[in-house]
Order: sequence, then structure tokens, then C-alpha cells
Amino acid sequence: MLYDALIAPFVDFEFMRRALAGVIALALGGAPIGVFLMLRRMSLVGDAMAHAILPGAAVGFLFSGLNLFAMTFGGLIAGFSVALLAGLVSRVTVIKEDASLAAFYLVSLALGVTIVSMHGTNIDLLHVLFGNILALDDPTLLVIAFNATITLVVMAVIYRPLVIECVDPVFLRTVSRAGAPAHLVFLALVVVNLVNGFHALGTLLAVGLMILPAGIARFWSRDITGMMLISVASAMVAGYGGLVISFQTKVPSGPAIILAAAALYVFSVFFGSVSGLARQLFPGRHLEA
Amino acid sequence: MTAPLAFRDVTLGYDRHPAVHHLNGEVAPGTLLAVIGPNGAGKSTLFRGIVGILKPLSGTIARSVKPRDIAYLPQSVDIDRTFPISVFDFVGTGLWRSSGMFGGLGGQARDRITRALAAVDLNGFENRNIGTLSGGQMQRMLFARVLLQDARVIVLDEPFNAIDARTTLDLIALVRRWHGEQRTVLAALHDMEMVRAHFPETLLLARGAVAWGPTAQVLTSDNLAEARRMCEAFDDTATACAGDHQPSQAA
Repeated sequence: MLYDALIAPFVDFEFMRRALAGVIALALGGAPIGVFLMLRRMSLVGDAMAHAILPGAAVGFLFSGLNLFAMTFGGLIAGFSVALLAGLVSRVTVIKEDASLAAFYLVSLALGVTIVSMHGTNIDLLHVLFGNILALDDPTLLVIAFNATITLVVMAVIYRPLVIECVDPVFLRTVSRAGAPAHLVFLALVVVNLVNGFHALGTLLAVGLMILPAGIARFWSRDITGMMLISVASAMVAGYGGLVISFQTKVPSGPAIILAAAALYVFSVFFGSVSGLARQLFPGRHLEA
Repeated sequence: MTAPLAFRDVTLGYDRHPAVHHLNGEVAPGTLLAVIGPNGAGKSTLFRGIVGILKPLSGTIARSVKPRDIAYLPQSVDIDRTFPISVFDFVGTGLWRSSGMFGGLGGQARDRITRALAAVDLNGFENRNIGTLSGGQMQRMLFARVLLQDARVIVLDEPFNAIDARTTLDLIALVRRWHGEQRTVLAALHDMEMVRAHFPETLLLARGAVAWGPTAQVLTSDNLAEARRMCEAFDDTATACAGDHQPSQAA
């Protein structure tokens, strides 16, 4: 019975195995990125970036149909342009990063919508908007795994400056010039992982598998290593749970995965060991020293 | 030995308005220099120029060391105290010069971090998150990081603000230790008693240098009165500076 519900779908159907592999790769790459987005108070930046890559993907789609590489490439270009321009403007002028990003992603979005509407629309675009993790083919799976690998390697390279820039940016500026490049590379990784996610979850929900696990992790760990491990683990659990729910109930897979993550998040808000609500209501008697 | 810092007609400021005006002078190696002056006199601006965060509007700041080899403790520290990092790891960032982006922290480095924490009396705080520290403990931690930076030139911007007497005493002992090790230390201060007691040399800044020399000769009531007369506000209608070397009353 339990076997039928939890394991059989993956044993019986190849597309479920692919979906599981895909969601595990997405979790490995996206969740650590999400942790840094959260710690840098850029959670909503992920959302803005998701809007920014949409037009690029749509343009790629218009030029070469449902071609994975064209759409990925278009999304990357649009996302990089917005991320880099926004980053540069905020670094050389008084405009703060959020305002600068908002301006650029709106431009990108408006441009994209204009292009799409001038060249006619297509319902296949729904695929871009909402993704379909149950239809991952080999090349797509490889691209997702490749991007996740790149993400982990690059994160390892920029980890130290990234952490110090979060905690004490002025100090980093006085000891090293790595701060600005590390920040820009990080923004690029955000884009890579959003593009990665849109094949499976669509542009609108891709950010969910980055931000929700990061939020969950905040409730269970006080240090950044623990947070990243927990975020990856919870993203995987949500991915697996979402696929099972989707398989059993015919709920679309993308929303099911994000809803599973949301359920974990709500549970963490109440019962998390670090500042969860239950912990706050029943903190135990105060200590002696 | 060349002077670690030499100012040649340095003007530093924002939007063309000078905050430090035509400063000339040299800081000799091993100097323990107090930089004093009213709020808005340009102390922080001068320090930002020294560590290379702010480029001079005119003139040059000559350094015998690279700006990145100067340890700098800013006045308003932009530290995100909610960031989940332990005191040990935070202080460890002071080893950046030797460890860089990738270098591991071996046993020797960990020893140095532990000793630095002991030097500021923060034993037992290693695994605490930085967000749990009090103001004074925070300042001790920042001094521990400066200690680890092992810099020949150390710049401290109002390091004893809102710090209690005992912590101040502990930290000033550290400053004197650096002085004993022939490091060049500059500190922006407001406490005249402390300046008289511990700092052999003083720069009295009021946009321009009002006086610079042995502390006893700088801290005269005439000099202090002149510094106080300095006008803080920028004058939007000010004309371009002709380059006279008088400490200006308005800019």
C-alpha cells in the first residue's frame, strides 16, 4: 500500500524517474542560491528576475519554436542583461539595487510582451509559463544537471567574498576587490537557476524552489552551512512529495511541488527550532546565565 | 624608512564640496596619532581617503603600503548583525590577507584566531552568533579582527563611542600595544583626556588642519576655539577654490 503510493510510480514510469532526477538537480543548485538571496534580503529579487527572463525565453521561442537551447539562451541573455545593468547602476549611482532592478525588469517585461504580441501568440507559451516537469527529455535533463553542477562549483569559488560582503561590505572593500565581481557572478547564478527551473516549474514558480526551502532552513539552523544543507534537503523532499501528490491526484506537478514546499514552510513557521512560533510560545524557563 | 602616509595638498569631499581641505603633512612610521575636531570636521572623510574608499578631489595621498594593507575600523559599521555567522568565523575574516578567497584556515590560523579573541577578552564567545553580542562585545570583536589583520597601518574611526570605561581601557591597551610594535596608528577621538594621556601626537582637523604636532602643543584653548568656529554646512553657492592654504571658515 505504502509502496504503491510512494515508490511504485517511480519504479513503473520512466517519466517519473526523470522528473525526480530533475527536481533533485534543481534542489542542489537552486536551494543554496535561495539561502543567499534570503540572507541578502533579495528574496523578491528572485521573483523580479523570473519576470525578467520570461521575455528572453519568449523571444527564443518565437525564433525557433519549442527549442530548449534557444529558450534557455534567450532567457539567460535577458536575465543577465537585467541583472548586470541593475547591479552596475546601483553600484555607480545613488539608486539602490531594488529600485534599479525593478526599473530594468519592467523594461524587459514590457519589451517581451510587445514582441510576443506583435508576432502572434501561441498556447505552447503556457509551457514556458508553467513548465512541465513530467515531460523532461534527455537533453533538458542534462542541461538542468549541468547548470546545477556549474552553480555548485561557482558558489564554492565565490563563497567567501559572498559571505563577507553580506556581513560587512565595507570591510571586504578595504581588503579585496572581489566584492563586486562576486556579487555579479551571484546574480548570474540566480538567472541560471531560474532558467533551469522554468523547464520544470515554469518561469513563475521556478523561484519557489529557491526561496521556500531557504525560508524553511532559517527556522531550523543558526549557521549558514546548516541552512544550506537543510534547504537542499527540504527542496528535495518537497520535490519528491510534490511528484507523488501530483501522480496520485492529477494536480499539475509544478504547483504540487511548490505547495509541498509551502506545507513544509508552514510547519516550520509553527514548529521550527529557531524562533518557530511554538518555540516562542513555550520557550521554557529562562536560564541562569 | 619612508612615511607610511603622506598628504600632499589633499582635498577630499563629496559633490565637489570639500570636507577635508588642502591637507599637507606626513605621518612618520610608528606614530600614534589622534585625529580630533568637531563633528563634520572631516575626520571620517580623511580616513575613508586613507583607506582608498574615497578618491581625493585634488592632491595625493601617498602610502608606503597598499590601501588594502591598512586595517580600517569604520565609525558606523555596516555589519548585518542578523547574518548567521559565528564570532570565530567573523574574526577569522581578518586573516583575509594570508588566506585570501580560498586559503584554508589551518591549525596555526585557528590558534591565531583563538589568541586574538583571548586578547580582547572574548574567550568562550567563539560559537556565538554575532547578533547576540552587546555593543561593547561587538567592538572587542572588531578589534580582534584588526589584530588579526596584522597591518602596519591601523586606522580607527571613533573606536570608543558608546563604549564603557572598562572596555575602553582594555581596548586602549591594545592600541598602545600596537604602538609598542612600531605600527602606525591613527584614531579619531573626542575624549581630550584620553588624547592627552595616551596619544603623543595630535592632528586637530576642522576641514583644514588647524594644528598638527605634539599633543600638548596642539591642544591649546586657542586652537580648539578656532576649530569650533568652523562652519559645518556646505555653501551651495561657493565658488571654485582658488587654492589658498588657509583653513577655510566656509566652503
